[in-house]
Amino acid sequence: MPALLEARGLHAGYGPTQVLHGLDFTVEEGGVTALLGANGAGKTTTLRAISGMVRTTGEVLFRGERIDGRATEDIARRGIAHVPDGRGTFMELTVEENFRLGAYIRRDAEVQADFERMWALFPRLRQRWRQQAGTLSGGEQQMLAIARALLLRPRLLLMDEPSFGLAPLIVEEIFGIMRRVREESRVGILLVEQNANLALELADHAYLLETGRIVISGPAAEIRRDEAIRRSYLGY
Amino acid sequence: MEALAHQIIAGIATGGIYASLALALVMIYQATHHVNFAQGEMATLSTFIALSFIQAGMPYWVAFFATIAVSFLIGVAVERLLMRPVQNAPVLTHVGVFIGLLLIIGNLTGWVFGYTTKMFPTPFESDQPLFGGLVSAHQLGSTAVTLAVLLLVYLFFRHTKLGLAMRAAAYNPRSARLVGIRVGWMLALGWGLAAAIGAVAGMMIAPVVFLDPTMMLGILLYAFAGALLGGIDNPMGAVLGGFAVGVLENLAGAYVVGTELKLTVALIIIIGVLVIRPSGLFGRVVLSRV
Ligand SMILES: Nc1ncnc2c1ncn2[C@@H]1O[C@H](COP(=O)(O)OP(=O)(O)O)[C@@H](O)[C@H]1O
Ligand SMILES: [Mg+2]
Repeated sequence: MPALLEARGLHAGYGPTQVLHGLDFTVEEGGVTALLGANGAGKTTTLRAISGMVRTTGEVLFRGERIDGRATEDIARRGIAHVPDGRGTFMELTVEENFRLGAYIRRDAEVQADFERMWALFPRLRQRWRQQAGTLSGGEQQMLAIARALLLRPRLLLMDEPSFGLAPLIVEEIFGIMRRVREESRVGILLVEQNANLALELADHAYLLETGRIVISGPAAEIRRDEAIRRSYLGY
Repeated sequence: MEALAHQIIAGIATGGIYASLALALVMIYQATHHVNFAQGEMATLSTFIALSFIQAGMPYWVAFFATIAVSFLIGVAVERLLMRPVQNAPVLTHVGVFIGLLLIIGNLTGWVFGYTTKMFPTPFESDQPLFGGLVSAHQLGSTAVTLAVLLLVYLFFRHTKLGLAMRAAAYNPRSARLVGIRVGWMLALGWGLAAAIGAVAGMMIAPVVFLDPTMMLGILLYAFAGALLGGIDNPMGAVLGGFAVGVLENLAGAYVVGTELKLTVALIIIIGVLVIRPSGLFGRVVLSRV
Protein backbone atom coordinates (compact mmCIF):
# COMPACT_ATOMS: atom_id res chain seq x y z
CA MET A 1 0.00 0.00 0.00
CA PRO A 2 1.42 3.39 -0.91
CA ALA A 3 2.11 5.96 1.80
CA LEU A 4 -0.54 8.62 2.36
CA LEU A 5 1.87 11.24 1.08
CA GLU A 6 5.27 10.85 -0.45
CA ALA A 7 7.64 13.50 -1.76
CA ARG A 8 10.50 12.54 -4.06
CA GLY A 9 13.22 15.02 -4.91
CA LEU A 10 10.95 17.94 -4.18
CA HIS A 11 12.31 21.34 -5.23
CA ALA A 12 10.46 24.61 -4.80
CA GLY A 13 11.11 28.32 -4.79
CA TYR A 14 9.85 31.81 -5.37
CA GLY A 15 10.75 33.40 -8.69
CA PRO A 16 14.45 32.82 -9.24
CA THR A 17 15.14 31.84 -5.60
CA GLN A 18 15.31 28.14 -4.86
CA VAL A 19 14.18 27.36 -1.32
CA LEU A 20 13.78 23.58 -1.25
CA HIS A 21 16.62 21.51 -2.67
CA GLY A 22 15.29 18.01 -3.20
CA LEU A 23 13.28 16.74 -0.24
CA ASP A 24 12.30 13.10 0.25
CA PHE A 25 9.77 12.31 2.92
CA THR A 26 6.60 10.37 3.65
CA VAL A 27 3.54 10.86 5.82
CA GLU A 28 1.66 7.77 6.97
CA GLU A 29 -2.07 7.47 7.39
CA GLY A 30 -3.40 8.06 10.87
CA GLY A 31 -0.14 9.35 12.29
CA VAL A 32 1.51 12.64 13.03
CA THR A 33 4.68 13.55 11.18
CA ALA A 34 6.56 16.58 12.42
CA LEU A 35 8.57 18.86 10.18
CA LEU A 36 10.98 20.86 12.31
CA GLY A 37 13.57 23.48 11.63
CA ALA A 38 14.69 27.02 12.33
CA ASN A 39 12.99 30.09 11.00
CA GLY A 40 13.56 30.33 7.25
CA ALA A 41 14.47 26.65 6.83
CA GLY A 42 11.66 26.12 4.31
CA LYS A 43 8.91 24.48 6.39
CA THR A 44 6.14 26.77 5.18
CA THR A 45 7.38 26.42 1.62
CA THR A 46 7.21 22.64 1.93
CA LEU A 47 3.53 22.78 2.89
CA ARG A 48 2.87 25.26 0.09
CA ALA A 49 4.62 22.94 -2.35
CA ILE A 50 2.32 20.07 -1.35
CA SER A 51 -0.74 22.33 -1.76
CA GLY A 52 0.37 23.60 -5.14
CA MET A 53 0.79 27.17 -3.95
CA VAL A 54 4.37 27.50 -5.21
CA ARG A 55 6.18 26.36 -8.31
CA THR A 56 7.75 22.94 -7.80
CA THR A 57 9.74 20.25 -9.53
CA GLY A 58 10.05 16.66 -8.38
CA GLU A 59 7.20 14.38 -7.42
CA VAL A 60 4.49 14.56 -4.81
CA LEU A 61 2.34 11.46 -4.54
CA PHE A 62 -0.90 11.42 -2.60
CA ARG A 63 -2.17 7.86 -2.05
CA GLY A 64 0.04 6.79 -4.90
CA GLU A 65 -1.10 9.44 -7.40
CA ARG A 66 0.88 12.43 -8.61
CA ILE A 67 -0.53 15.72 -7.39
CA ASP A 68 2.39 18.00 -8.17
CA GLY A 69 1.55 20.61 -10.78
CA ARG A 70 -2.15 20.46 -9.96
CA ALA A 71 -4.20 23.48 -8.94
CA THR A 72 -4.55 24.18 -5.21
CA GLU A 73 -8.32 23.76 -5.31
CA ASP A 74 -8.01 20.34 -6.96
CA ILE A 75 -5.53 19.22 -4.35
CA ALA A 76 -7.93 20.35 -1.61
CA ARG A 77 -10.75 18.48 -3.35
CA ARG A 78 -8.72 15.28 -3.20
CA GLY A 79 -8.69 15.49 0.58
CA ILE A 80 -5.71 17.57 1.65
CA ALA A 81 -6.61 20.31 4.13
CA HIS A 82 -4.12 23.04 4.93
CA VAL A 83 -4.03 25.33 7.95
CA PRO A 84 -1.65 27.92 6.51
CA ASP A 85 0.70 30.20 8.41
CA GLY A 86 -1.23 33.26 9.48
CA ARG A 87 -4.22 30.88 9.88
CA GLY A 88 -6.06 31.81 6.70
CA THR A 89 -9.48 32.23 8.28
CA PHE A 90 -11.97 34.43 6.47
CA MET A 91 -11.77 37.44 8.76
CA GLU A 92 -14.70 39.34 7.23
CA LEU A 93 -17.03 36.37 7.53
CA THR A 94 -18.70 34.87 10.58
CA VAL A 95 -17.62 31.74 12.39
CA GLU A 96 -20.62 29.95 10.92
CA GLU A 97 -19.70 31.02 7.40
CA ASN A 98 -16.11 29.86 7.96
CA PHE A 99 -17.51 26.47 8.98
CA ARG A 100 -19.68 26.32 5.87
CA LEU A 101 -16.71 27.15 3.68
CA GLY A 102 -14.68 24.41 5.34
CA ALA A 103 -17.30 21.92 4.17
CA TYR A 104 -17.71 23.65 0.79
CA ILE A 105 -16.72 20.70 -1.37
CA ARG A 106 -18.76 18.14 0.55
CA ARG A 107 -22.01 16.75 -0.81
CA ASP A 108 -22.70 14.19 1.94
CA ALA A 109 -25.42 14.48 4.56
CA GLU A 110 -23.13 14.49 7.57
CA VAL A 111 -21.99 18.09 7.45
CA GLN A 112 -24.31 19.12 10.28
CA ALA A 113 -23.12 16.21 12.40
CA ASP A 114 -19.54 17.33 11.79
CA PHE A 115 -20.44 20.87 12.86
CA GLU A 116 -21.61 19.37 16.12
CA ARG A 117 -18.41 17.37 16.43
CA MET A 118 -16.44 20.58 15.99
CA TRP A 119 -18.57 22.34 18.60
CA ALA A 120 -17.68 19.56 21.01
CA LEU A 121 -13.97 19.91 20.22
CA PHE A 122 -14.05 23.72 20.28
CA PRO A 123 -16.86 24.89 22.57
CA ARG A 124 -15.62 28.49 22.34
CA LEU A 125 -16.39 28.55 18.63
CA ARG A 126 -19.98 27.70 19.29
CA GLN A 127 -20.28 30.70 21.58
CA ARG A 128 -18.88 32.89 18.83
CA TRP A 129 -21.05 31.34 16.12
CA ARG A 130 -22.44 34.55 14.60
CA GLN A 131 -19.42 36.71 15.28
CA GLN A 132 -17.09 38.02 12.59
CA ALA A 133 -13.95 35.84 12.60
CA GLY A 134 -11.75 38.94 12.71
CA THR A 135 -13.06 39.73 16.18
CA LEU A 136 -11.91 36.42 17.68
CA SER A 137 -8.82 36.16 19.87
CA GLY A 138 -5.68 34.65 18.34
CA GLY A 139 -6.33 31.30 20.01
CA GLU A 140 -9.94 31.20 18.85
CA GLN A 141 -8.85 32.04 15.32
CA GLN A 142 -6.39 29.16 15.35
CA MET A 143 -9.16 26.87 16.57
CA LEU A 144 -11.40 28.14 13.81
CA ALA A 145 -8.66 27.49 11.26
CA ILE A 146 -8.29 23.91 12.48
CA ALA A 147 -12.04 23.32 12.57
CA ARG A 148 -12.38 24.76 9.08
CA ALA A 149 -9.68 22.37 7.84
CA LEU A 150 -11.17 19.32 9.57
CA LEU A 151 -14.59 20.06 8.08
CA LEU A 152 -13.17 19.16 4.68
CA ARG A 153 -12.95 15.61 6.12
CA PRO A 154 -9.38 15.43 4.90
CA ARG A 155 -7.24 12.35 4.68
CA LEU A 156 -4.22 14.55 5.17
CA LEU A 157 -4.02 17.67 7.32
CA LEU A 158 -1.17 20.13 6.84
CA MET A 159 -0.64 22.42 9.82
CA ASP A 160 1.71 25.38 9.80
CA GLU A 161 2.82 26.39 13.29
CA PRO A 162 -0.48 26.18 15.15
CA SER A 163 1.29 27.45 18.30
CA PHE A 164 2.58 30.61 16.67
CA GLY A 165 2.02 33.78 18.68
CA LEU A 166 -0.23 32.12 21.25
CA ALA A 167 -0.03 32.06 25.06
CA PRO A 168 1.25 28.77 26.56
CA LEU A 169 -2.12 27.87 28.05
CA ILE A 170 -3.87 28.23 24.70
CA VAL A 171 -1.13 26.22 22.98
CA GLU A 172 -1.65 23.50 25.58
CA GLU A 173 -5.39 23.50 24.84
CA ILE A 174 -4.86 23.33 21.08
CA PHE A 175 -2.37 20.47 21.30
CA GLY A 176 -4.78 18.65 23.60
CA ILE A 177 -7.43 18.95 20.92
CA MET A 178 -5.03 17.73 18.25
CA ARG A 179 -4.29 14.67 20.38
CA ARG A 180 -8.01 13.95 20.44
CA VAL A 181 -8.31 14.44 16.69
CA ARG A 182 -5.49 12.02 16.16
CA GLU A 183 -7.12 9.39 18.37
CA GLU A 184 -10.62 9.80 17.01
CA SER A 185 -9.94 9.90 13.28
CA ARG A 186 -7.77 8.30 10.62
CA VAL A 187 -6.46 11.59 9.34
CA GLY A 188 -2.72 11.84 8.75
CA ILE A 189 -1.13 15.03 10.02
CA LEU A 190 1.95 16.82 8.76
CA LEU A 191 2.78 19.24 11.53
CA VAL A 192 5.19 22.13 11.06
CA GLU A 193 6.45 23.61 14.31
CA GLN A 194 9.22 25.77 15.67
CA ASN A 195 8.33 24.54 19.11
CA ALA A 196 10.13 21.22 18.65
CA ASN A 197 9.52 19.88 22.14
CA LEU A 198 5.78 20.20 21.78
CA ALA A 199 5.70 18.75 18.27
CA LEU A 200 7.87 15.74 19.16
CA GLU A 201 5.53 14.87 22.02
CA LEU A 202 2.65 14.53 19.58
CA ALA A 203 4.48 13.12 16.55
CA ASP A 204 5.36 9.53 15.58
CA HIS A 205 7.98 10.51 13.09
CA ALA A 206 9.99 13.66 12.51
CA TYR A 207 12.08 15.34 9.84
CA LEU A 208 14.52 18.11 10.50
CA LEU A 209 14.90 20.74 7.82
CA GLU A 210 17.90 23.00 7.42
CA THR A 211 18.09 25.57 4.60
CA GLY A 212 15.88 23.56 2.33
CA ARG A 213 17.37 20.11 2.97
CA ILE A 214 16.37 17.30 5.28
CA VAL A 215 19.28 16.75 7.63
CA ILE A 216 17.79 14.26 10.08
CA SER A 217 14.81 11.96 10.10
CA GLY A 218 13.61 9.27 12.46
CA PRO A 219 11.06 8.22 15.04
CA ALA A 220 10.01 11.21 17.13
CA ALA A 221 10.79 9.44 20.41
CA GLU A 222 14.39 8.77 19.36
CA ILE A 223 14.98 12.32 18.24
CA ARG A 224 13.59 13.59 21.51
CA ARG A 225 16.04 11.43 23.45
CA ASP A 226 19.05 12.41 21.36
CA GLU A 227 20.75 15.15 23.27
CA ALA A 228 23.19 16.03 20.49
CA ILE A 229 20.37 16.63 18.00
CA ARG A 230 18.44 18.59 20.56
CA ARG A 231 21.38 20.85 21.32
CA SER A 232 22.55 21.48 17.78
CA TYR A 233 19.27 21.64 15.89
CA LEU A 234 16.38 22.12 18.21
CA GLY A 235 17.90 24.57 20.66
CA TYR A 236 16.55 23.27 23.93
CA MET B 1 -43.74 71.31 -1.32
CA GLU B 2 -45.20 69.10 -3.99
CA ALA B 3 -42.46 70.10 -6.39
CA LEU B 4 -39.88 69.10 -3.80
CA ALA B 5 -41.55 65.72 -3.25
CA HIS B 6 -41.63 65.31 -7.00
CA GLN B 7 -37.90 65.96 -7.29
CA ILE B 8 -37.10 63.58 -4.48
CA ILE B 9 -39.18 60.79 -6.00
CA ALA B 10 -37.58 61.33 -9.41
CA GLY B 11 -34.22 61.26 -7.64
CA ILE B 12 -35.00 57.94 -6.00
CA ALA B 13 -36.02 56.46 -9.35
CA THR B 14 -32.77 57.43 -11.10
CA GLY B 15 -30.87 56.76 -7.87
CA GLY B 16 -31.95 53.14 -8.15
CA ILE B 17 -30.23 52.96 -11.53
CA TYR B 18 -27.06 54.46 -10.06
CA ALA B 19 -27.34 52.08 -7.12
CA SER B 20 -27.52 49.02 -9.42
CA LEU B 21 -24.54 50.11 -11.45
CA ALA B 22 -22.64 51.09 -8.29
CA LEU B 23 -23.29 47.59 -7.00
CA ALA B 24 -21.97 46.12 -10.25
CA LEU B 25 -18.82 48.23 -9.92
CA VAL B 26 -18.32 47.20 -6.29
CA MET B 27 -18.77 43.50 -7.03
CA ILE B 28 -15.93 43.57 -9.51
CA TYR B 29 -13.87 45.92 -7.39
CA GLN B 30 -14.08 43.61 -4.38
CA ALA B 31 -12.86 40.65 -6.37
CA THR B 32 -10.18 42.38 -8.46
CA HIS B 33 -9.45 45.73 -6.79
CA HIS B 34 -10.04 47.42 -10.12
CA VAL B 35 -12.89 49.63 -11.25
CA ASN B 36 -14.51 48.33 -14.42
CA PHE B 37 -14.77 51.53 -16.44
CA ALA B 38 -16.50 49.56 -19.19
CA GLN B 39 -19.48 48.64 -16.99
CA GLY B 40 -21.61 51.39 -18.55
CA GLU B 41 -20.76 50.41 -22.13
CA MET B 42 -21.56 46.79 -21.34
CA ALA B 43 -24.97 47.88 -20.03
CA THR B 44 -25.61 49.95 -23.16
CA LEU B 45 -24.77 46.98 -25.36
CA SER B 46 -27.20 44.87 -23.33
CA THR B 47 -29.93 47.46 -23.81
CA PHE B 48 -29.42 47.41 -27.58
CA ILE B 49 -29.64 43.64 -27.50
CA ALA B 50 -32.92 43.97 -25.60
CA LEU B 51 -34.22 46.38 -28.23
CA SER B 52 -33.40 44.02 -31.06
CA PHE B 53 -35.15 41.17 -29.20
CA ILE B 54 -38.22 43.37 -28.83
CA GLN B 55 -38.08 44.48 -32.46
CA ALA B 56 -37.81 40.83 -33.47
CA GLY B 57 -41.20 40.35 -31.88
CA MET B 58 -40.47 39.06 -28.41
CA PRO B 59 -42.88 40.17 -25.69
CA TYR B 60 -41.23 42.72 -23.37
CA TRP B 61 -40.67 40.45 -20.39
CA VAL B 62 -39.35 37.59 -22.50
CA ALA B 63 -36.86 40.00 -24.06
CA PHE B 64 -36.06 41.32 -20.58
CA PHE B 65 -35.05 37.93 -19.18
CA ALA B 66 -33.37 36.82 -22.40
CA THR B 67 -31.25 39.98 -22.26
CA ILE B 68 -30.28 39.26 -18.67
CA ALA B 69 -29.16 35.77 -19.65
CA VAL B 70 -27.19 36.93 -22.70
CA SER B 71 -25.58 39.74 -20.71
CA PHE B 72 -24.56 37.29 -18.01
CA LEU B 73 -22.81 35.17 -20.64
CA ILE B 74 -21.12 38.23 -22.15
CA GLY B 75 -19.85 39.18 -18.68
CA VAL B 76 -18.46 35.69 -18.11
CA ALA B 77 -16.84 35.69 -21.57
CA VAL B 78 -15.21 39.08 -21.01
CA GLU B 79 -13.63 37.86 -17.79
CA ARG B 80 -12.48 34.53 -19.22
CA LEU B 81 -11.15 35.86 -22.52
CA LEU B 82 -9.94 39.38 -21.74
CA MET B 83 -9.40 39.86 -18.03
CA ARG B 84 -8.00 36.48 -17.06
CA PRO B 85 -4.89 36.73 -19.25
CA VAL B 86 -3.89 39.96 -17.51
CA GLN B 87 -4.94 39.10 -13.97
CA ASN B 88 -1.42 39.29 -12.57
CA ALA B 89 -0.34 42.23 -14.70
CA PRO B 90 0.46 45.64 -13.20
CA VAL B 91 -2.26 48.21 -12.49
CA LEU B 92 -1.59 50.26 -15.60
CA THR B 93 -2.14 47.23 -17.80
CA HIS B 94 -5.53 46.80 -16.16
CA VAL B 95 -6.47 50.42 -16.72
CA GLY B 96 -5.42 50.00 -20.33
CA VAL B 97 -7.50 46.85 -20.74
CA PHE B 98 -10.56 48.49 -19.17
CA ILE B 99 -10.28 51.54 -21.40
CA GLY B 100 -9.72 49.29 -24.40
CA LEU B 101 -12.79 47.29 -23.42
CA LEU B 102 -14.80 50.49 -23.05
CA LEU B 103 -13.79 51.68 -26.52
CA ILE B 104 -14.25 48.31 -28.17
CA ILE B 105 -17.70 47.69 -26.74
CA GLY B 106 -18.75 51.30 -27.37
CA ASN B 107 -17.63 51.17 -31.00
CA LEU B 108 -18.98 47.70 -31.54
CA THR B 109 -22.37 48.85 -30.27
CA GLY B 110 -22.35 51.88 -32.57
CA TRP B 111 -21.20 49.85 -35.54
CA VAL B 112 -23.79 47.12 -35.12
CA PHE B 113 -26.78 49.17 -33.96
CA GLY B 114 -26.05 52.62 -35.38
CA TYR B 115 -25.44 55.96 -33.72
CA THR B 116 -28.92 57.44 -34.00
CA THR B 117 -30.85 57.91 -30.80
CA LYS B 118 -33.65 55.38 -30.38
CA MET B 119 -36.80 55.13 -28.30
CA PHE B 120 -36.90 52.27 -25.82
CA PRO B 121 -40.24 50.94 -24.57
CA THR B 122 -41.30 50.78 -20.96
CA PRO B 123 -43.55 47.97 -19.72
CA PHE B 124 -45.04 50.30 -17.12
CA GLU B 125 -47.91 52.46 -18.37
CA SER B 126 -50.92 53.82 -16.63
CA ASP B 127 -53.99 55.65 -17.89
CA GLN B 128 -54.58 57.42 -14.61
CA PRO B 129 -52.10 59.75 -12.91
CA LEU B 130 -50.60 57.95 -9.94
CA PHE B 131 -50.67 59.59 -6.51
CA GLY B 132 -52.03 62.80 -8.00
CA GLY B 133 -49.37 62.92 -10.72
CA LEU B 134 -46.57 62.79 -8.20
CA VAL B 135 -44.91 59.79 -9.78
CA SER B 136 -44.98 58.29 -13.26
CA ALA B 137 -45.81 54.66 -13.88
CA HIS B 138 -42.32 54.10 -15.23
CA GLN B 139 -40.69 55.64 -12.19
CA LEU B 140 -42.74 53.44 -9.90
CA GLY B 141 -42.21 50.30 -11.95
CA SER B 142 -38.50 50.77 -12.57
CA THR B 143 -37.89 51.49 -8.90
CA ALA B 144 -39.71 48.28 -7.99
CA VAL B 145 -37.63 46.33 -10.50
CA THR B 146 -34.43 47.87 -9.18
CA LEU B 147 -35.33 47.09 -5.59
CA ALA B 148 -36.24 43.53 -6.56
CA VAL B 149 -32.84 43.10 -8.23
CA LEU B 150 -31.00 44.49 -5.23
CA LEU B 151 -32.97 42.23 -2.89
CA LEU B 152 -32.29 39.15 -5.03
CA VAL B 153 -28.59 39.92 -5.17
CA TYR B 154 -28.54 40.39 -1.41
CA LEU B 155 -30.33 37.09 -0.80
CA PHE B 156 -28.03 35.31 -3.24
CA PHE B 157 -24.86 36.48 -1.50
CA ARG B 158 -26.25 35.99 2.02
CA HIS B 159 -28.09 32.74 1.76
CA THR B 160 -26.66 30.54 -0.96
CA LYS B 161 -23.58 28.38 -0.92
CA LEU B 162 -22.42 29.80 -4.23
CA GLY B 163 -22.88 33.36 -2.98
CA LEU B 164 -20.82 32.56 0.10
CA ALA B 165 -18.10 31.00 -2.06
CA MET B 166 -18.01 34.10 -4.25
CA ARG B 167 -17.61 36.34 -1.23
CA ALA B 168 -14.89 34.08 0.17
CA ALA B 169 -13.04 34.13 -3.17
CA ALA B 170 -13.19 37.93 -3.26
CA TYR B 171 -12.07 38.46 0.32
CA ASN B 172 -9.37 35.85 0.51
CA PRO B 173 -8.56 33.98 -2.71
CA ARG B 174 -5.72 31.94 -1.17
CA SER B 175 -7.82 30.52 1.61
CA ALA B 176 -10.72 30.04 -0.78
CA ARG B 177 -8.54 27.76 -2.92
CA LEU B 178 -7.53 25.83 0.18
CA VAL B 179 -11.18 24.91 0.83
CA GLY B 180 -11.56 23.83 -2.79
CA ILE B 181 -13.31 26.87 -4.28
CA ARG B 182 -12.54 27.44 -7.96
CA VAL B 183 -11.60 31.07 -7.55
CA GLY B 184 -11.19 31.78 -11.26
CA TRP B 185 -14.75 30.70 -11.97
CA MET B 186 -16.10 32.70 -9.04
CA LEU B 187 -14.52 35.76 -10.62
CA ALA B 188 -16.12 34.98 -13.97
CA LEU B 189 -19.50 34.49 -12.29
CA GLY B 190 -19.04 37.86 -10.58
CA TRP B 191 -18.49 39.48 -13.98
CA GLY B 192 -21.56 37.72 -15.31
CA LEU B 193 -23.71 38.91 -12.41
CA ALA B 194 -22.40 42.46 -12.68
CA ALA B 195 -23.19 42.49 -16.41
CA ALA B 196 -26.70 41.15 -15.72
CA ILE B 197 -27.36 43.83 -13.11
CA GLY B 198 -26.05 46.46 -15.53
CA ALA B 199 -28.39 45.14 -18.21
CA VAL B 200 -31.41 45.66 -15.96
CA ALA B 201 -30.23 49.17 -15.14
CA GLY B 202 -29.83 49.92 -18.85
CA MET B 203 -33.29 48.64 -19.74
CA MET B 204 -34.86 50.66 -16.91
CA ILE B 205 -33.12 53.97 -17.73
CA ALA B 206 -33.33 53.78 -21.55
CA PRO B 207 -37.04 54.83 -21.74
CA VAL B 208 -36.08 57.99 -19.81
CA VAL B 209 -32.82 59.08 -21.44
CA PHE B 210 -33.32 57.33 -24.83
CA LEU B 211 -30.94 54.83 -26.26
CA ASP B 212 -27.70 55.60 -28.07
CA PRO B 213 -24.19 54.16 -27.78
CA THR B 214 -23.12 56.80 -25.25
CA MET B 215 -26.24 56.51 -23.10
CA MET B 216 -24.43 55.26 -20.03
CA LEU B 217 -21.48 57.64 -20.02
CA GLY B 218 -22.94 60.17 -17.60
CA ILE B 219 -24.88 57.54 -15.71
CA LEU B 220 -21.76 55.53 -14.95
CA LEU B 221 -20.15 58.68 -13.61
CA TYR B 222 -23.04 59.12 -11.16
CA ALA B 223 -22.88 55.44 -10.26
CA PHE B 224 -19.15 55.74 -9.62
CA ALA B 225 -19.81 58.80 -7.45
CA GLY B 226 -22.40 56.77 -5.53
CA ALA B 227 -20.02 53.84 -5.10
CA LEU B 228 -17.27 56.11 -3.83
CA LEU B 229 -19.66 57.96 -1.56
CA GLY B 230 -20.85 54.75 0.07
CA GLY B 231 -17.50 52.99 -0.02
CA ILE B 232 -16.11 51.27 -3.09
CA ASP B 233 -15.59 48.03 -1.15
CA ASN B 234 -18.98 48.00 0.56
CA PRO B 235 -21.97 46.76 -1.50
CA MET B 236 -24.64 48.10 0.87
CA GLY B 237 -22.85 51.42 1.16
CA ALA B 238 -22.57 51.69 -2.61
CA VAL B 239 -26.29 51.04 -3.04
CA LEU B 240 -27.19 53.71 -0.48
CA GLY B 241 -24.62 56.00 -2.10
CA GLY B 242 -26.26 55.47 -5.49
CA PHE B 243 -29.69 56.46 -4.16
CA ALA B 244 -28.20 59.45 -2.33
CA VAL B 245 -26.47 60.68 -5.49
CA GLY B 246 -29.72 60.30 -7.45
CA VAL B 247 -31.63 62.48 -4.99
CA LEU B 248 -28.80 65.00 -4.62
CA GLU B 249 -28.42 65.29 -8.37
CA ASN B 250 -32.11 66.00 -8.85
CA LEU B 251 -32.34 68.53 -6.06
CA ALA B 252 -29.18 70.30 -7.14
CA GLY B 253 -30.39 70.33 -10.74
CA ALA B 254 -33.76 71.77 -9.77
CA TYR B 255 -32.78 74.27 -7.12
CA VAL B 256 -29.06 75.00 -7.21
CA VAL B 257 -27.03 74.60 -10.37
CA GLY B 258 -29.65 74.02 -13.07
CA THR B 259 -29.83 71.00 -15.36
CA GLU B 260 -26.85 71.99 -17.53
CA LEU B 261 -24.44 71.72 -14.64
CA LYS B 262 -25.93 68.58 -13.08
CA LEU B 263 -23.05 66.37 -14.13
CA THR B 264 -20.72 68.65 -12.23
CA VAL B 265 -22.46 67.46 -9.07
CA ALA B 266 -21.16 63.96 -9.72
CA LEU B 267 -17.64 65.23 -10.28
CA ILE B 268 -17.76 67.33 -7.13
CA ILE B 269 -18.91 64.31 -5.12
CA ILE B 270 -16.16 62.13 -6.61
CA ILE B 271 -13.43 64.63 -5.90
CA GLY B 272 -14.86 65.54 -2.51
CA VAL B 273 -14.97 61.93 -1.34
CA LEU B 274 -11.50 61.16 -2.66
CA VAL B 275 -10.07 64.16 -0.82
CA ILE B 276 -12.01 64.05 2.44
CA ARG B 277 -12.85 60.42 3.06
CA PRO B 278 -11.34 58.04 0.50
CA SER B 279 -12.92 54.97 2.13
CA GLY B 280 -16.40 56.44 1.62
CA LEU B 281 -19.10 57.03 4.23
CA PHE B 282 -19.52 53.31 4.91
CA GLY B 283 -16.04 52.18 3.90
CA ARG B 284 -15.22 48.74 5.12
CA VAL B 285 -13.91 48.58 8.64
CA VAL B 286 -12.61 45.10 9.21
CA LEU B 287 -12.52 44.34 12.87
CA SER B 288 -9.42 42.41 13.61
CA ARG B 289 -7.42 41.39 16.57
CA VAL B 290 -4.11 39.60 16.56
N1 LIG C 1 6.61 34.67 -0.73
C1 LIG C 1 7.96 34.55 -0.72
N2 LIG C 1 8.71 35.15 -1.68
C2 LIG C 1 10.05 35.02 -1.69
N3 LIG C 1 10.74 34.35 -0.77
C3 LIG C 1 10.08 33.74 0.22
C4 LIG C 1 8.65 33.81 0.30
N4 LIG C 1 8.26 33.11 1.38
C5 LIG C 1 9.37 32.63 1.95
N5 LIG C 1 10.48 32.99 1.25
C6 LIG C 1 11.85 32.61 1.56
O1 LIG C 1 11.96 31.22 1.55
C7 LIG C 1 12.77 30.77 2.61
C8 LIG C 1 12.02 29.74 3.41
O2 LIG C 1 10.91 30.36 4.00
P1 LIG C 1 9.78 29.56 4.76
O3 LIG C 1 9.39 28.40 3.95
O4 LIG C 1 8.72 30.53 5.12
O5 LIG C 1 10.55 29.07 6.06
P2 LIG C 1 9.98 28.59 7.46
O6 LIG C 1 8.52 28.35 7.34
O7 LIG C 1 10.75 27.35 7.76
O8 LIG C 1 10.29 29.66 8.44
C9 LIG C 1 13.20 32.00 3.39
O9 LIG C 1 14.50 32.33 3.00
C10 LIG C 1 12.22 33.05 2.97
O10 LIG C 1 12.83 34.29 2.97
MG1 LIG D 1 6.93 29.33 8.34
